[in-house]
Amino acid sequence: MEILIYGIINSIMLALMALGFALVYGISRVPNFAHGAIYVLCGFLTWIFVRSLDLNYLLGILVALVLTGILGALMYRFVLIRVRGMNISEIIASYAIGLAILEGLRYGGFKGTTHTLPVFVEGSIIIGDIPVDYQRILVVLIGVLLVAFLWLFTHYTRIGLALRGMAQDERAALMLGIDSDTMALVAMAFGCMLAGLAAILLLPLGNIVVEKGYDVLIQAIAVCIVGGLGSWMGAVLAAFLIGFAQILTTVYLGSHFQMVVALLAIIVTLILKPSGLFGQQKELEERV
Amino acid sequence: MDTQQQRKERLDRGIKVRTDGLYALMGWQELGYLTLPRLILIVGMLALPLLMPGMYWQRVITIVCIYALLALSFDFLAHFVGLVSLGGAFFIGVGGYFSAIFNASFGIPPLFSIPMATVSGAIVCTLLLIPCLPLRGVYFAIVTLMYPLALARVIEATDILGGTDGIMGIDSFSNSWVEQYVAIVLVLLFLFGLRRLVNTDIGLVVRAVKDNDQAVRASGMSVNFYKAGAVFIASGIGCLGGACLVHIYMWAGISLFALDFSILPIAATVIGGSGTLVGPVLGCLILVPISELLRDFGTLRIVFYAILLVCFVVFRSEGLMVYGERKYHQFERWVKV
Repeated sequence: MEILIYGIINSIMLALMALGFALVYGISRVPNFAHGAIYVLCGFLTWIFVRSLDLNYLLGILVALVLTGILGALMYRFVLIRVRGMNISEIIASYAIGLAILEGLRYGGFKGTTHTLPVFVEGSIIIGDIPVDYQRILVVLIGVLLVAFLWLFTHYTRIGLALRGMAQDERAALMLGIDSDTMALVAMAFGCMLAGLAAILLLPLGNIVVEKGYDVLIQAIAVCIVGGLGSWMGAVLAAFLIGFAQILTTVYLGSHFQMVVALLAIIVTLILKPSGLFGQQKELEERV
Repeated sequence: MDTQQQRKERLDRGIKVRTDGLYALMGWQELGYLTLPRLILIVGMLALPLLMPGMYWQRVITIVCIYALLALSFDFLAHFVGLVSLGGAFFIGVGGYFSAIFNASFGIPPLFSIPMATVSGAIVCTLLLIPCLPLRGVYFAIVTLMYPLALARVIEATDILGGTDGIMGIDSFSNSWVEQYVAIVLVLLFLFGLRRLVNTDIGLVVRAVKDNDQAVRASGMSVNFYKAGAVFIASGIGCLGGACLVHIYMWAGISLFALDFSILPIAATVIGGSGTLVGPVLGCLILVPISELLRDFGTLRIVFYAILLVCFVVFRSEGLMVYGERKYHQFERWVKV
């Protein structure tokens, strides 16, 4: 029972972390290695607004989200757009940006474990004699809503449909008058906002530390690779797979193994089936 | 519109055309033209320890050489074989731990433990990487990036090989001069060795694998065999660096798998000029001392690095060495269109 409940919560948390990465890669084929840094940055932005500037919590969250979205757009417009299509330069450039953000934050004095965000709702509830706090329940609810919203958004709005067209076939989309750079820019801004949203939802559960940036990046990559790069539903399913695997190893082996599971999942998936469990990539593109 | 349109014309110097490839040198001038850049590098590298003001900077020279070995292996794999390995730390860690075990547990002196660690480390790395060899581009990069992280976490979680404390009590080199010259000579040896290698017949096949693997396969050669061979060489170079590093620090621990060893060589390669093999060494000679100078600024130096790296990737992706080579070999002049 405990495993079931915490497995579900952990899975939704993983899915939240990974959605932004999956969205950006799925649409613009840019592996955004600055994902983890954006996540932490948004957390600290909210912290600054709420704790230092004494803004209203909701207002602070909104401003932080908008700022991260703008940052993502700028990152794409001024750096990534120039290296698009060159796989390795994309990775190096985005990873370097992430590194600069994270280490810059560390230099700026955001270290130690003193930075926390307030939870949205205090208190906890007992589900089948397991106490679960409201924040975690809220995470699950918002996670489910977000996935549903993304599905609706990509199936019924103009921008969403354009994004999906880009993801399926960029040239055909270009022919239909969809500007691929604008769409990639939108996707990047969206992806960063999703990372920020995940941060705002998940960070109240612990404290904000710079090191989390690297862990989030690894977990996001793990989820996206197991699910198949570029497949969103695959990412959600993979989040459940890895989420439960992590909880099981934590219960039976110890919490040290949590990251080992994510890393091994990446390596094993890539070796056995690089397109992931639900990927639609062509076999020839990734294997000789 | 009276703007005069001009374009830059680049012409090879006559002396370059005469000396390039054709080894029919006509005089001292042409000999000098060819050997001067190489001599500057060799003599400069060998003289470096003598010019350094103190113990601290001599140690920096050794570290530069370790990074240069890694950068060489990265450049060889990425630009001659087409496998972009982001796992320099993996090679360093495996080689380092092997050497540490040989030395600390079995009492083998560094003279033998380093070569043994190089070979056994290269074998282990190659075996672990063989399943990933068919992967392409971003997939191979991600897998190699994850290997060192995973190994470090496994060691941390299972508490093997000394766990988080690492292995202590490893012999050092007999004195700092030996240490420096071993490292420098190794770098020069592998630099010129690799340059030779990529121009031999095997090197040709390996480069063909990068350009068009289907064509290599169609010629009846096993792509994976050549890739595995190249990975063996590259990981051997990396493991050698790790083995030396362990004997310099007299300690082996999880920090051998740190991301520094994966990122810095790549930065050096990008800045120095990718695909030249000399470029990465040059990049290390520039980057590592700068990083030491900036040590006072703490993590800000990583920020500085990262920004420099982004600028080079985006605006000057050819790198310093390619730029320098062009200036050395070619005239440039503006001509009217």
